Amino acid sequence: MSKEDYDIVIGLEVHSELSTKTKIFCSCPTEFGGEPNTHCCPVCMAMPGALPVLNKKVVEYAIKAGIATNCTIAKESKNDRKNYFYPDLPKSYQISQFDMPLCTNGFVEIETENGPKKIRLVRIHIEEDAGKLNHDEYGRGSLVDLNRAGVPLIEIVSEPDISSASEAEAYLKKLKSILEYIEVSDCKMQEGSLRADVNVSVKKKGTDELGTRTEMKNMNSFRSIVRAIEYESERQIEVLENGGIITQETLRWDDVSGKTFSMRDKEDAQDYRYFPEPDLAMIRISDEYVQKISKTLPEMPEKRKARYIEELGLPEYDANILTSSKHLSDLFERANNVCNNPKAVSNWIMSDIIKILNEEGIEADKLPFSAEQLGKLINLIDKKTISTSIAKTVLEEMTVNPKDPEEIIKEKGLIQISDEGAIKEIVLKILEENPQSIADYKAGRDRALGFLVGQAMKQTKGKANPQMLNTMFLEELKK
Amino acid sequence: MEISREEILHIAKLADLKINEEELENYKKNLEDILNFANTINKVDTQNVDISIGTIENVNVFREDEVVPFENEKGLLENAQDKEDNMFRIPKVI
Amino acid sequence: MELYELTVHELLEKLEKNEITPEDITKSYIERINNKEQDIQAFITLLDKEAEETAKNIEAERKKYEGIPIGIKDNICTKGVKTTCASKMLEDFVSPYDATVVEKLKDEGLIMMGKMNMDEFAMGSSTEYSYFKKTKNPWDLTRVPGGSSGGSIAAVASNMLPWALGSETGGSVRQPASLCGIVGLKPTYGLVSRYGLVAYASSLDQIGPATKDVEDCALLLGLIAGHDKKDTTSANVDKKDYLAHLKDGVKGLKIGVPKEFFQKGINEEVKENILNAIEIYKNLGAKVEEFSFSMADYMLPIYYIIACAEASSNLGRFDGIRYGHRAKEFSSLKELYVNSRTEGFGDEVKRRIILGTYVLSSGYYEAYYKKAQKLRTLVINEFKKGFEKYDVILTPTSPTTAFKIGEKSDNPLEMYLADLYTVPVNIAGLPAISIPSGVDSNRLPIGLQLIGNHFEEDKLLQIAYAFEQAFKFREKYKPDFKK
Repeated sequence: MSKEDYDIVIGLEVHSELSTKTKIFCSCPTEFGGEPNTHCCPVCMAMPGALPVLNKKVVEYAIKAGIATNCTIAKESKNDRKNYFYPDLPKSYQISQFDMPLCTNGFVEIETENGPKKIRLVRIHIEEDAGKLNHDEYGRGSLVDLNRAGVPLIEIVSEPDISSASEAEAYLKKLKSILEYIEVSDCKMQEGSLRADVNVSVKKKGTDELGTRTEMKNMNSFRSIVRAIEYESERQIEVLENGGIITQETLRWDDVSGKTFSMRDKEDAQDYRYFPEPDLAMIRISDEYVQKISKTLPEMPEKRKARYIEELGLPEYDANILTSSKHLSDLFERANNVCNNPKAVSNWIMSDIIKILNEEGIEADKLPFSAEQLGKLINLIDKKTISTSIAKTVLEEMTVNPKDPEEIIKEKGLIQISDEGAIKEIVLKILEENPQSIADYKAGRDRALGFLVGQAMKQTKGKANPQMLNTMFLEELKK
Repeated sequence: MEISREEILHIAKLADLKINEEELENYKKNLEDILNFANTINKVDTQNVDISIGTIENVNVFREDEVVPFENEKGLLENAQDKEDNMFRIPKVI
Repeated sequence: MELYELTVHELLEKLEKNEITPEDITKSYIERINNKEQDIQAFITLLDKEAEETAKNIEAERKKYEGIPIGIKDNICTKGVKTTCASKMLEDFVSPYDATVVEKLKDEGLIMMGKMNMDEFAMGSSTEYSYFKKTKNPWDLTRVPGGSSGGSIAAVASNMLPWALGSETGGSVRQPASLCGIVGLKPTYGLVSRYGLVAYASSLDQIGPATKDVEDCALLLGLIAGHDKKDTTSANVDKKDYLAHLKDGVKGLKIGVPKEFFQKGINEEVKENILNAIEIYKNLGAKVEEFSFSMADYMLPIYYIIACAEASSNLGRFDGIRYGHRAKEFSSLKELYVNSRTEGFGDEVKRRIILGTYVLSSGYYEAYYKKAQKLRTLVINEFKKGFEKYDVILTPTSPTTAFKIGEKSDNPLEMYLADLYTVPVNIAGLPAISIPSGVDSNRLPIGLQLIGNHFEEDKLLQIAYAFEQAFKFREKYKPDFKK
């Protein structure tokens, strides 16, 4: 037997930080950073006698997420305590939701090699984040910082519908994009505002019986998740093939060695002793409220994609990439509002812009220049003020020195030469210098024309109008 | 009803408490007494009865999402016995 | 008559007439404390110097209650003053904030005279489970004052304070009030903010006044009641004027007496006394009727399961990291937790944490915790039915009078029985008051309990006041500090 004889079964529990101004149960700021223990108060520091009060926005955002992922919104919901001791959890219990989550039974659709696939969601619930443990640089223990304690999270739990690492990646990207679209989370993975617990099991093809699963907690990069799933599923198959058994346990993924490790300090199975939080009131959600929230939801990626294809005439490939991120899609829309040339904007984004984003490791909302400036740049090309190759130079300049493209062109003298006399002069000069190319062209080698145009562009530092050059070379060559 | 010693030790562990041999017998007996007494509640039929978490009928008690900094930030750390760089020190966590 | 013997409304009257100054009041009480505290042991932290200083600086143009001393149970957070919960765990703890009730009292200008002794974390019915000291009953110093608010109550009963705040989870104000011959009120759950009250059992806890008479009780309730945005379980209801109907009498009002509360475990003298009280009410024109309260037998189990379950979770935050007792010896994180908690908590607290952890643990949750929550619904419903018929329900406050120090402290179950008549009120979130109704053959006070419907403290106080005026306990009996 081999790998191909097994199905991989993956379930994800995604934790996403909500982008509220304040924490879930107190009025402390959620802002990232800050001196340790300065975004704290008696509530999030669990001082004796302090009581939680639920942030309205947290409920609203969780419901938004539920609607955007096709969930049923609970009519009645409550908070529960999950009890366990850990120094990043100052109350010794996490206020979460147990048997009455805000949202249940949703799904999101992902693209796979075999077409679209629905990944079902079990539930979405609200809960509080824990604090952070820092290592003491003098090696005298760990240090507890509670600035993060009480930051609101939603936990999105999928059914075990995911059957490969690439599906897991597609699912996560889709979730991230949905949460960004509805503006409930920043999904900044490096700040830990989107992270996932990954459950993996394998089973022989054709059987219904699920295998024993292992869990990897708190993974915060797509790449690590993909690698961890690939490694772990192969490891499980190997164990089974060698007659071994899988133990249900929590594993630690090590990015450096690319392996999972058993966490040995787990002695007993946890008993969280969930019970209803007596310090908080029930949450009751009316149909009217859900309808009201539904109306505030922005256009979702699927809809945008369809519109790009049908109304703006973009290829599906382009529409897919553009709508994969709200930031990218917003950039596209705003630039296109300026220049009204969807295909050109799309081309620019998919080549040069994505290159910049990858190089800088940023999201599209963090580009140094604005979407409007990109639109103007494309306008300048359309009006033939500059050539595409000059535009690339201008874009480079915009990246380091964000200004309006017109200004850059003026400053650098990059305006396109479109004067017929001037162009003719250049054409004649180039022809004189390259007799071999004339001969080649006449012998039927069309490539020679391109070479001549290229030479002319080079001599004019790209400023000559390429269409005019083309036409004029042809005229002269036919003479 | 009888509660095993192991069970008491397991519960103590969940509660992060240590109990010595003498206390163990004592707690075991107390717990058994109290639970025997508590078992009378099983005589009551509670089919179709909802739970009561509390006695207030408050629903949807929320707070607006507005930052209000706590005025005595320093006081939050003053009771800590071992701290450094404004953080609480604990034994090294792996 | 000494100033410390007066009630607050009497003091206010004298202040109003400029017969006395706030300084006189403070001085009188401090003198009394200097005389009696060595016998009673009611204070954990005494703030006499601070009180004197504050009283001295009160200007002629003052607020109504400015300069009236008060004692605060030591599980209510006070900024800058230790809040110990009578536990080694919080021996040196200073809260960074004031509880909402403390803020309110400070705003009115009351003077905090001290933090009062109690059973550790409010777990107990005798104040013997304090880490620091055992408070004595002013009527007999060999006996307990009841608990858990024993310090607050004994201090008022011995005239070391004009009034005090206690807290209730299952009778911790009413039961000691009964055993010490003063007035104690447990308000409707949600009427008084819990913000800053160190939680024992969140769904049962409520702060309540301990006073010399019913009128003072109405005044103090008026000072602390009201909606608080910091407490989700705080009721958003209009505050009532608790004096408005105080003197309206009981003519035509209906009092229900649950017969189950007069059967098992009740002391004969207590029973006789309460039956006598019922006669007084009848003479005052109230209609008294016996009825059956079928849930009576299940009250203590429901109470102890719910209270201990919540406590086991609420007391998890005491881990020696941010505040509280931190063990000296530990070699790992787990040891830091276990050693700090094991050293910091007393026996009874540990016992309740273990019981609470047990009833929440997997396999027992349904049989105990969930079952108790369902029974809680039935209790609430049964009271609801009762209040369709009666204005108040009348019972004894405690099945016995004050017991000897050490008599029950080694038998938890026996101790729990002291709360038999008080816990139903907390389970159902109702208001109830205990008022003195006489003494037994040992000259130990007996208390009468009146239970009202939700947020009907005004009616409760009115009915209590009528009895008080008819019976005149304070004129008849005074504690004699018997040794």
